[in-house]
Amino acid sequence: MSEEQIKNLEKQFEERIARDEKIEPKDWMPEKYRQTHIRQMSQHAHSEVVGMLPEGNWITRAPSLRRKVALLAKVQDEAGHGLYLYSATETLGVSRDELYDQLHSGKAKYSSIFNYPTITWADMGAIGWLVDGAAIINQVPLCNTSYGPYARAMIRVCKEESFHQRQGYEIMMKLANGTPEQKEMAQDALNRWWWPSLMMLGPTDAESVHTEQSMKWKLKRKSNDDLRQQFIDQTVPQADLIGLTIPDPDLKWNEERASYDFGEIDWDEFWQVVKGHGPCNKERMRARVGAWERGEWVRDAAMAYAEKQQERKEKQAV
Amino acid sequence: MNNNLYKYILGIADNSLILGQRMGELTGHGPSLETDIACTNISLDLFGQVRSYYQYAAKIAGDGRTEDDIAMLRKEREYVNVLLVEQPNTDFAHTMARQFLFDVYHLLFLQELEKSKDLNLSAIAKKSIKEVSYHQRFSSDWIKRLGDGTEESHQKMQDAIDDLWTYTDELFHQTEADKAMVKEGIGVDVTKLKDNYYQIVNSVLEESTLSIPKSKYFQKGGKQGIHTEHLGYLLSDLQYMQRTYPNMEW
Repeated sequence: MSEEQIKNLEKQFEERIARDEKIEPKDWMPEKYRQTHIRQMSQHAHSEVVGMLPEGNWITRAPSLRRKVALLAKVQDEAGHGLYLYSATETLGVSRDELYDQLHSGKAKYSSIFNYPTITWADMGAIGWLVDGAAIINQVPLCNTSYGPYARAMIRVCKEESFHQRQGYEIMMKLANGTPEQKEMAQDALNRWWWPSLMMLGPTDAESVHTEQSMKWKLKRKSNDDLRQQFIDQTVPQADLIGLTIPDPDLKWNEERASYDFGEIDWDEFWQVVKGHGPCNKERMRARVGAWERGEWVRDAAMAYAEKQQERKEKQAV
Repeated sequence: MNNNLYKYILGIADNSLILGQRMGELTGHGPSLETDIACTNISLDLFGQVRSYYQYAAKIAGDGRTEDDIAMLRKEREYVNVLLVEQPNTDFAHTMARQFLFDVYHLLFLQELEKSKDLNLSAIAKKSIKEVSYHQRFSSDWIKRLGDGTEESHQKMQDAIDDLWTYTDELFHQTEADKAMVKEGIGVDVTKLKDNYYQIVNSVLEESTLSIPKSKYFQKGGKQGIHTEHLGYLLSDLQYMQRTYPNMEW
């Protein structure tokens, strides 16, 4: 294809997106569009799968049968989201095995929040309320993103995430209204998860490398800082309602902006975790890689069995 | 309270509780995302059944105890699950073999329990049959895949079946509560399930190119609360919150 032809195709492509048309797997797309989507969608899938670990950590110790059932269902949903998103990513011409390789080798990233430990039951509440809350704010705009399979996957994911968030908040509410020990547990969890949750909305706009192009492709509709403000404004009244205190002495309602002012985020901590040196980065990777390696003989057997069955079928047909 | 009925319900529910707990340990650590989802789902089904049984048991006990008190606050010797379900997740072959050896029994059991004169038990059985039929299909498929897969998987599955075979006979032992409930038309006569059970199990093993273990030595004791060393650790996890923070609502 000549350079001019490509330019022409690119122009048509951008126009389609501007008209809010969906791009489908078989459509022509610029290589950069493909690569950006593989990166973001697989990162999203990896986050769902790694995200199963901190919550999976409390399945055997959930305090009641009702909570255990709800937690199992939640982690199962996350696995489902992972499956969904890997399949959607595969439509861009990459295999799930390749994507796993990228995760296991450390080439692909996943959401840094899952590198924090879940040390008490209240962390199950905090994750649902804050982490899923921040995730929803990130993800709702993606229901209208330009790549069709991603947009459709996100519609279902967002529905389930908002259920998870209510469930998490309900865990926190129960603790906050419980015994002094329970309330202390809830406050402690909020203290530990608040700042990492704010970091989930990404680096400040000045530092964010992908924003401009992503906006054009509708992978992003608002800047990181705007999303963060939206999350804070939404969450502070929820904390007030159940009598928990946001661990930020600089948090103050700003009449003029009709928004909360908030304190400085520790970006050094953010980059430390992103670069692989958070409290649980090594454990999370060890768990994923370990499960994958321990499972190799199982996957090989399934493949061998399927081939044998196929051969038998063919023989019978002859 | 009807002590025999209460004990009888625990005898059913504890199996699902302990197996559900074992399957729950695997969430996030399975050999593939698909198996992860399926194992979590089995755990979820079992805990759903468990809740119905213990809620009913709590009603019969009528002493203010809740489903959670019954599930999480008994002492080790008071759990009456069979030894099979408490065996650890040694590897995926053991996990699937344990599941399969229980599922075949579980489905036969529930099909009889559905005919119980006790309407609560009959209703729980009816609802569970759908779920457990799926469990059995899933675990049987894995017995076949691993048994008739690669040389390595065949050996691992054979080892798992050989290891766990010794716990199968206990499934068909009758307790005093069982006998009393059979007499009243409430309970299932498990001794009558035995032939059918081994017939189904053996046919799947044969199809999977696995040998049927010849050992005639079997372990028992779970139904009397005499467990393997594995159960205590499982209970430490299961009971941790209830023991550490007593008398609280969650």
